[in-house]
Amino acid sequence: MQKKDENNTRREFLKKLPVLAIGAAALSGCNSEELDEFFQQNFKTLSKAEKAEIIKNLEKKYSEKYGKEFKVSAKPATEGILFGYALDLSRCIGCRKCVYACVKENNQSRDPQIHWIQVLQMEKNRGIDLAHADIHYNPEQVPEEGHFYMPVQCQQCRNPQCTTVCPTKATWQDEDGIVVVDYNWCIGCRYCMAACPYGARHFNWGEPNVPIEEINPDTHYLGNRPRTNGVVEKCTFCIQRVREGKYPACVEICPTGSRKFGNLLDPNSEIRYILENKRVLVFKEELNTQPKFYYFFGV
Amino acid sequence: MNFLRFMLGCFKIITRGGRIYYSCLFFLFILIVWGAMGYYQQLQVGLIMTNMRDSVSWGFYIGNFTFLVGVAAAAVMLVIPAYIYDWKPIKEIVIFGEILAICAVIMSICFIVVDIGNPLRFWHMLPFVGTMNFPDSILSWDFFVLFTYFLINIIVVTHLLYKQFSKKEYNKSFILPMVLLSIPAAIAIHTVTAFLYNALPARPYWNSALLAPRFLTTAFCSGPAVLILLFQVLRKTTKFEIKDEVIFTIAELMVYAMFIYLFFTISEFFKEFYSNTEHIVYWKYLLLGVAKNREIAVYSWASIIMGFSAFLLFLIPRTRKNLVTLNIGAVLIYFSVYLEKGITLIIPGFTPDVQGQYYFYVPSEIEIRTAVMIFSAGALLFTFISKIAIAILFEGFSIESLEKKSTIKLKNETAPL
Repeated sequence: MQKKDENNTRREFLKKLPVLAIGAAALSGCNSEELDEFFQQNFKTLSKAEKAEIIKNLEKKYSEKYGKEFKVSAKPATEGILFGYALDLSRCIGCRKCVYACVKENNQSRDPQIHWIQVLQMEKNRGIDLAHADIHYNPEQVPEEGHFYMPVQCQQCRNPQCTTVCPTKATWQDEDGIVVVDYNWCIGCRYCMAACPYGARHFNWGEPNVPIEEINPDTHYLGNRPRTNGVVEKCTFCIQRVREGKYPACVEICPTGSRKFGNLLDPNSEIRYILENKRVLVFKEELNTQPKFYYFFGV
Repeated sequence: MNFLRFMLGCFKIITRGGRIYYSCLFFLFILIVWGAMGYYQQLQVGLIMTNMRDSVSWGFYIGNFTFLVGVAAAAVMLVIPAYIYDWKPIKEIVIFGEILAICAVIMSICFIVVDIGNPLRFWHMLPFVGTMNFPDSILSWDFFVLFTYFLINIIVVTHLLYKQFSKKEYNKSFILPMVLLSIPAAIAIHTVTAFLYNALPARPYWNSALLAPRFLTTAFCSGPAVLILLFQVLRKTTKFEIKDEVIFTIAELMVYAMFIYLFFTISEFFKEFYSNTEHIVYWKYLLLGVAKNREIAVYSWASIIMGFSAFLLFLIPRTRKNLVTLNIGAVLIYFSVYLEKGITLIIPGFTPDVQGQYYFYVPSEIEIRTAVMIFSAGALLFTFISKIAIAILFEGFSIESLEKKSTIKLKNETAPL
């Protein structure tokens, strides 16, 4: 009887060995912070206290890594606000100042290069025709004869298919209409990129690279905080700015005033003035994505 | 204890074989190591080692995934005619079909794992521990049906083999419903995989209701092609018996599938080219290329030509009923479907991209090596499981044989005393 028991315990121990070995090997490779991060749940499902804890750790981590004070906001949407955007096709000259202001504000990787805004050069006599649009135009001076320009970024659809297809609920539309990504929850399957009809989603194919002196330390958890290899990112209307009452960086930088932004629920906002007094169109309206990003002709 | 001895016996079976067997194992092993070294680089540096970029965000990996789901589905769909026509070695057909299905499902899941940016976060898409987006995301559906299908097949195969091993009659009232359930499950995995692509209005190339039916017909060509070849090998090397007529009937069923596939494809071509909308650009890239970029056109024409030759070989009774030409046809149709699913289904969907821009994608060396790793590992797994199954089914590897051996051993050991 005794012998049998002994046998059992030894067998039990032998059974556990591989599990222990794997666990030990996994643990030796990372510290407790990395473990916490690994087991962190979907941001949307976390309690306020858990979020605060995560934010605190992130701020500490980023401050150490980049050598400057970092702010990571988790400010939620404000009730009564639904953000909308309008872009004046007749004023845009295709200077791409918005593209680079966006890169800088939102800590987009420089190499490999990520641009949340793409500017399409189109031929005036064809209208909006993607088959003849060029993204890589590079003349001495813009605008070029016979061409007009159409910047494309996330259209912040009311009916976004990118969030529907996500297998992990790592991306969703917040209450103020901004479609956001939890970079810690995204598994990098890129189904959202296949589903987006605007090419608004971008993937970190390699380790993102932002020069330390150019990093913007004023960040939002769901927006411009530093990203990691293998996750999807996108335009958030500069969530870190607009939730604090500022304009998105692209609106501020635009030298021609082609970019307009505001609260769609406020009848006195500029965006509502445009919807009321100018004729607007939405890109690829046939797909029923119902963008909150409008194109219009101001002059 | 019995289980331990069973495992030990299995280990002996897979490590013993002739010179050809060993050289095959060695060859596969070399390929796995060579591929794994490539995949390791991808793990270190990221998916930037592939040629995929934002424009073409899915490529060779997802193509292979789709193809293997088809193989997995079709291997079991062969059970339908086997059941209806009452082919004699039905149990063996079921077992080898399902072993193929198990390996194909594992390989297809591997292709998803190598494709995602954060493979360690795979658990995020599981229910309970993560936040599975069920029922909204078709990918979660796909995972669900693939897992169910895998489970059904593994239960059926292990039950049948283990009962045979322990010289007991298998439980028919348990197995028959499972086998019958595996048939709609097989159709489901390939349909849901087609639904992954076809309900994305952003990608007009896939946004066709014919996609799922086309998937099923191609699967019914490629899956049985593998099994036809496998059955002939088994017939030569083991006691497995299958009549020529059965193989010819499978070939006949494949002709129907090929014909329907051809018809679907022509319907799709006609609609796209005659209506000549802006969506024609994808088809032009598929068949003609853009400017000097004909990378994909080469593959699509190779696929069309191989598929059409196989169709002719299978259609003409004299070549269908000749094992040499039949086997050539089976190989041709297999590679035709492989190119169609692996290359020409996914890539033109992204070329040009949603902004009308062209990025010309061909798989990188790392992608090819990673694919070689998965295919070789899958082939190795299939070889091992089949070898055990062959031993149990035809070579008398059973509980009794083990007991006999151990008594002989005991006698030998006690003899010197």
